[in-house]
Order: sequence, then C-alpha cells, then structure tokens
Amino acid sequence: MSKHHVTTTINGEPAEYLCEAQQTMLDVLRDELGLTGSKEGCSSGDCGACTVIVDGNIVCSCLMLGVEAEGRTIQTIEGIANGDTLHPVQQKFLEHAALQCGFCTPGLIVAAKALLDTTLNPTEEEARYWLAGNLCRCTGYDKVLRAVMDAAEVMRQEAGR
Amino acid sequence: MSYLDKESLKVVGTRPIRPDGVDKVIGRASFGADMTMPGMLWGKVKRSPHAHARIVRIDTSKAAALPGVRAVVTAADFPDIANEEAFVGEGPMNFRDLSRNCLARGKVLYDGHAVAAVAATSQAIADEALDLIEVEYQVLPHVIDVEAAMAEDAPILHDDLFTQGVDPKPTKPSNVAKKITFTKGDIAKGFAEAEVVIEQKYTTQPVHQAYIEPHACVVAVGNDGQCTVYSSSQGQFMVRAYCAKLLNIDIANIRAIPSEIGGGFGGKTLVYLEPVALALSKKSGRPVKIVMSREDVFRGTGPAAGGTIEVKIGAKKSGRIVAAELVLKYQAGAFPGSPVGPGCMCAFAMYDLDNVHITGYDVVSNRPKVAAYRAPGAPNSSFGVESCIDELARELKIDPLALREMNAARDGTKTPYGPTLVNVGYLQTVEAAKNHEHYKTKLGPNQGRGVASGFWFNIGGESSAAVHVNEDGTVAVVEGNPDIGGSRASMAMMAAEVLGIAYEKVRPIVADTASVGFTFLTGGSRVTFATGMAVTQAAEKVVEQLKSRAAAIWDISPEAVEWKEGKAWPAGANAGSFEPLSLAEIAMKSGRTGGPISAEVSINAQGAGPGFATHICDVEVDRETGHVKILRYTAVQDVGRAIHPSYVEGQMQGGVTQGIGWALNEEYIYDKDGRLENPGFLDYRVPVASDLPMIETVMVEVPNPRHPFGARGVGEVPIVPPMAAVANAIADAVGARMRHLPMSPPKLSAVLDEQDPPRLAAE
Repeated sequence: MSKHHVTTTINGEPAEYLCEAQQTMLDVLRDELGLTGSKEGCSSGDCGACTVIVDGNIVCSCLMLGVEAEGRTIQTIEGIANGDTLHPVQQKFLEHAALQCGFCTPGLIVAAKALLDTTLNPTEEEARYWLAGNLCRCTGYDKVLRAVMDAAEVMRQEAGR
Repeated sequence: MSYLDKESLKVVGTRPIRPDGVDKVIGRASFGADMTMPGMLWGKVKRSPHAHARIVRIDTSKAAALPGVRAVVTAADFPDIANEEAFVGEGPMNFRDLSRNCLARGKVLYDGHAVAAVAATSQAIADEALDLIEVEYQVLPHVIDVEAAMAEDAPILHDDLFTQGVDPKPTKPSNVAKKITFTKGDIAKGFAEAEVVIEQKYTTQPVHQAYIEPHACVVAVGNDGQCTVYSSSQGQFMVRAYCAKLLNIDIANIRAIPSEIGGGFGGKTLVYLEPVALALSKKSGRPVKIVMSREDVFRGTGPAAGGTIEVKIGAKKSGRIVAAELVLKYQAGAFPGSPVGPGCMCAFAMYDLDNVHITGYDVVSNRPKVAAYRAPGAPNSSFGVESCIDELARELKIDPLALREMNAARDGTKTPYGPTLVNVGYLQTVEAAKNHEHYKTKLGPNQGRGVASGFWFNIGGESSAAVHVNEDGTVAVVEGNPDIGGSRASMAMMAAEVLGIAYEKVRPIVADTASVGFTFLTGGSRVTFATGMAVTQAAEKVVEQLKSRAAAIWDISPEAVEWKEGKAWPAGANAGSFEPLSLAEIAMKSGRTGGPISAEVSINAQGAGPGFATHICDVEVDRETGHVKILRYTAVQDVGRAIHPSYVEGQMQGGVTQGIGWALNEEYIYDKDGRLENPGFLDYRVPVASDLPMIETVMVEVPNPRHPFGARGVGEVPIVPPMAAVANAIADAVGARMRHLPMSPPKLSAVLDEQDPPRLAAE
C-alpha cells in the first residue's frame, strides 16, 4: 500500500507530506508534522479539541482525512499568534483565566478565532452556540465566554482605528 | 509566619497571568499523548466484550507472530499481587485489585476490562494484532444495578469477598464489601420528639469524570532496569508507587515524569496504562506509548459512584431538626472501594444535629471500578439530604435558607462522624445567599428557584517544595503536584509574597520524582493548602539565608537584619547604617558569602479547613419536552482566602457545571448483556457552552488560621450542591419532585405527563 503525496498550506507555509489513505488530518498534524497543539479527545467529532480552520471553515481534524488537505489552506493553533504577538483571543484567555487544564484550549481558541473572523459583534448567545462543539470540562465556559466577548471588543476597537 | 492581614499583601489576592499560560494558548504545552521517544512502539489494549466471564484460555501466538509486533502481555506477565491495602491514591485501593484492573486475571468483571496488550511498530499493526489474540470466555451471569447486586441470589463477582462490618462474620461471599455506620445521640428518641417526618428514597447514577484528555503514557525500561514513565496523572509519585508495587520494581529504579494533565477531577488518581506499558517495554526492549481512545476511557476507567440514598428527617414544626437517618448503597464497580465513607460523613455535616444514624454499603457490580471524582461520595448523599431538606421546608412552609440557618453547623458543632468544627464559614454562605440580589428576583411561569448546601473536608498531607535563588535574582520554585487548574500561579504568588519580589521573577516548575521530595498527589483540594504551605516555608528559609548573607556583607549579626520589600535592611539604628541590599544584589554575591541560596522543605501538612458552599439555581421547565434550562446560577462558598481569585472562581464554576451535567443529563446506559451503549461524547452528554448561563460566584472569606495565607481547599465542594439545587428548582417551577438522576427530558416529561393535577409543591 503506497502512501499519498499531499501538497498543502499549513499556517501560511507550503507543506508537503506522505500519508496513508486512512490517516486523519489530526494524525497527520500530530504524528507526521509534529504539530501536537491540536488534541485528540474523542476522534468522533464530538469534543472539538482538534479544531482547525480549513479554507476559512472550522473543522474537527479527526473527521477529515489527511489526503483531503490537498490544495487547501489549513490553520492550526500553532498558527493563530502572529509571531510573538498573541491573537486577542489568546491574550484574553490568559487575562480572564479562561483555561484550567488547558487541553481543550487550542480547539476553543481556534473556534473562537474563526467566529471573530466572521463577525466582530457576536452576542453572548451566538458565541455560546458557535462554541457548543468544543467541550470543556474544567471551566463551565463562564470565563471562556468572557474572554471571547472581550477579545471581540478589542478587535472592534482595533478595526475602528 | 502568618500573612493573614490582607491589606499588607501585594501579590496574593491579585490575578496575574499563569506562568504556564502562553504555552497553553499557543499549543506548545506537552500533554500525555504529545510525547514521543526514539524507537518507540505503539501499545494497544484488548478489552473484554463481556460484563462477567471466566477467562478459559488466552492464545497470543498469532498476534505475537504478526510482523511488526514486538511484545504481547497478559496478566501472566505480571506478578500475582497479594491482597494488600494501598494508601497511594485518593480513597481506598487494594494493590491486588488494581493489578487485576490493569489486566484481568482469571475473570473479566466488566465490559471493557483489559485482558491483554500488544506493542507494535505502528498503531495499525497493533490494532490488527489485538484482533489476533484469541480469548475463550465462559460467560457468567452479571449484575449492573446496586440493589440487584445486594440481592440474595445475585451473581457473585468475587468468591473471596465477605462483607466487612457485620456481626457475626458472614460465611457466604457477597457483593457487599463493607457495611459502615455512624451514630450520634439517640435516633429513636429523636424521631419520637419529631412533629414532622419526611422519608424518601433518591438515586444517583454513576457518571464519568469526562476529562477531555484520554489517559496516555510513554515509558521506557532500560537494559539496566531503570524505568522512565512519562504520563498524564494527578501524581507522579502515585504512578511511581503503583508501578513499583504492581511490577515488583524498586522505587529508586522508576523515574516518573508528569506531563501536563488535561483534566482529572479524581479520575487520574490511579493507573491503568503505565504498568502495562512498562511490561510491554521490558519484553520488547523498546519504549512504548499507549493512548486510550474515548471509548476505552468510558468503558475502562472511572466512573464516579452512583447509588441509592434513603433519607429520613424528623423536625419540630419550628423547623428545628431533631433526628436524621440515612442509608447509602454505593456502586464500587468491579472491585471494592466506593466513596461511601465520605458520602456518609459529608451528608449531614452542614447541620448541627443531636440524633443521627447513618449506614453505608460498599457494593461491587459488573461496572468499571469507580475512581475518585471531585468530593468523592459527597454529591450523592447530599443530593438526597438536600432534596429532603427542601421537601421539609415546603412541608413546613419555611424558607429553605431560613431552615438551613436555623440548623446550621458552626464553630463548636460536633459532626456526626466525630470531629468538632472550628473556623468554618457555613452560616456565612447561607447568609450571603439569602442577602444576594439573585435570591430576591421575581420568577415567571414554569420557572423555579432551588437552593442547596454542601460540605467537603479538604485534606492536607505530604508535600515537598524547593525554592532556589538564581544568580540574577530570579527564583525557581520546584514542586511535585501536577498543575491541573492554575496551581503554578498560586505557588509563584505565595513565594513572591514571602520573598517580597515581583511575581514575574518567580518561575515555578512541576518536577519529576527524582527532582523534588515526595509529594502526595493533586487531589482532595490539597495543593494550594499543603504544597502552598511547603512553598511558603521554603521561601521563609530562603529569607533567613538572605538575611544572613546581608549580615555577612555588612559584618553585623543576622538578628540585626530585617527583610522587607524584597530587601535586607539594618533592623534599627543600633544595627548600623547600611544601604538596603536587594535579593538580586545578595544573589549576585552569594558565591562569596557561602554559596548558592536555596531551601527545600518536606512537610505533612495538617489543619486543612473544611469547605462549605450554598448555591442558588433558577430553572425554566419546558412542560412539553421536559427540557430544563438553567436560567441563573449563583455559587456561594467559603474559600478561606483566595490566593488567585480567578482560579478559585474557575473551580467553583467548573464544579457547578459538572454538577449540572450530573443532575440533568449524564448517565451510563447498559444493554441487557451488560455492555455499555453510550461510550462516547455524542451519547454521554456533558454540558456544552449553549446549555449554560454565566455561573456567578460569591467568595466568602473565612481564613483558615492553619495556613500561612488562610487558604482552604476550594476545588471539590462546588460539585456537591448542584444536583439538589437543580431538583429543588424544578420542584419549585412545576411541582414535580425529581428524586432520581438524571433529570433528563424523557424522565421529567414522563413525570409531568402524569402530574395533571394535583401538583406536589405548595402553590
């Protein structure tokens, strides 16, 4: 069984890899490319810990095959910050103590970033439904929502300048 | 020294960013499954498809012959461990049981029980090899429910299990591992004086801790027998102790390295994979990594105990409780060791009662062996007691908080299980709840409000910590507790406060078992209390050294030096006139004044202050579907002194949310053959963001004088009140008294369908 050659873009950089047909995108990221920021919590698309952005849409990378990345643009948690400058969602997660164990955090941050890519004016309810696919067992989501809403506020101010 | 004067504190009580935060928001933090070792094999575990069966034969020859397979192990590769109690984790444990839980010996006792494991060069080959392992089973009758397991004719799990705590000693084996009782006063006399008696039976379901990170480890056994264990757990010293015992290895030959831990809640206070991986590594001569799937986690680990709670409360018409009786039957899962003891002890601990009788049963059945889960045992018994108290308040038409106030435990109250309470803040939580604006807001149709209280002991125990002053004036804090919710920040804050330096100058690390003294695991809400005490004492020793070094530089007596604002000062005019020396200045010269400045402290911390909480919950019930929406939730808790208030609030909010899940949705569904039907997050539904409102927190601070900063454990008690708070709110909303968890839509709508009229609640 020969491996498939995939050419794609990950976190703004061209990337190439070989993968088996049945390998998930999550396995490729973690095991082939060393991008272990995306986490495996369920491998059935229920927990959202492996959330990545594919061509602008959030996807559970455990439900996507590695070969499906061909020609696409993928953003993972490792590509959310701009160099040493954290994305406002990341910064606000820290300021609001929106993480306890930190395991679901990459998925939540990627999903929240994607939300704020689509709108800078989400209501709390919209944010709650947007993030309903990301399980967090530690925080009760309170501080997560506060961080996301606060990040939206910061980004609105930045956009207004 | 004591730092209880809040006004004098500069760091403790503020909300700095956690030291490990950046790594965790950029995806760099290394959790259990993120580690690899050169030449590593992948391990996989084969699990029983039967709830109860005798293992007739295991043939691993075909699996072993598969190209790429380097080792196959079964219980035959493990020493047959003697029956011996262990005190390594949280709650009761027996080394023999734990060994047999890691790999079944003779019998499988639940669907998902591990029977064999393989190590292969790829995950795909390992999976294929599992299918080639032939296990012949003789299927036995099984039992899932706790009361069915107690029946006379129930299938017996262990032929050598005889009920402890009954007289005369039984001659027949039983699924009841233990009976315990607690008595205070004269229960018959109490009930004779009662003017009102409420007697009801409640049930809770076992629920999974549902940490999002599945169990994972990477291990290596060297040719010289030196073992390295890198894993996600609540205690690297716990991992080391269990591996040593289960595999008969000297403790000195195991170095256990803690990864970041992706949630535990008590569920990672024991081992499942590490001993198996070590056996595979030893056999193959290669490092081995094992990562559980979510299905493995549900079928093979946890859960928290569920059980039945029979409550009988007698009171005067004034509301004063005169008698309280409780019978608890708790699921232990496949091996003895449910938290029925703490369940008994916590049940009435909020109340000052003269006549109490409590009976508890620890019962095995064909489910996974229960593991600790946040205040283990207390949420179950409190669901019954706090629901029953609410039923009493309705019967007597007394405000439920006023009823609690009237009966509240306070300083000097002797608990039903023995100790007398000191420095407790229960009454303060009730009053804060009563005075909270939330308690006074109006409710609409089909909306209701419930309150409930809870208690948890909190523990101290063995902790070690080191404080090293670096040559540039920065400081390393070395501790032995995996940071499960921001404890690195608390440790750094306490050290910075004592040393008088900026929080950012302190770098805390969680060390492996070879790099810091023994430290009991992260659990029992003990870390900020006990390890925080060790860190504080180590920092104080460093301050003494800094003063000596300044004295040496100035050529005066160390007693003539005082330490404040991070600097050494001459203590008064008689000491001489010197410019103050900062920690950094002293550190720079340490090579010339006696060498490196550091201190390590190992203690067995005593005096953990108990935690009390009172919660208010508003719900709205959809009468058509039975769906319960949490409208508003306020958690009030005596937190002692909040070291980092954001992480204290986080513990409260997280505990409440887990309690809401336990109340409304979470349960295990077994088919008629005892197989778990919902081993995944789609069908085992934990709360998601859209299920919840913000969780409001009120931190009452009654400092614990046994801790230098007044801290008491905060992590566990928040899960104790929610189930009753939700049930009491539902009763208030629609007059339906839900006594059996979960109060899921099908169950509530069935009750509502039957309800038309009469209503149960006092309208």
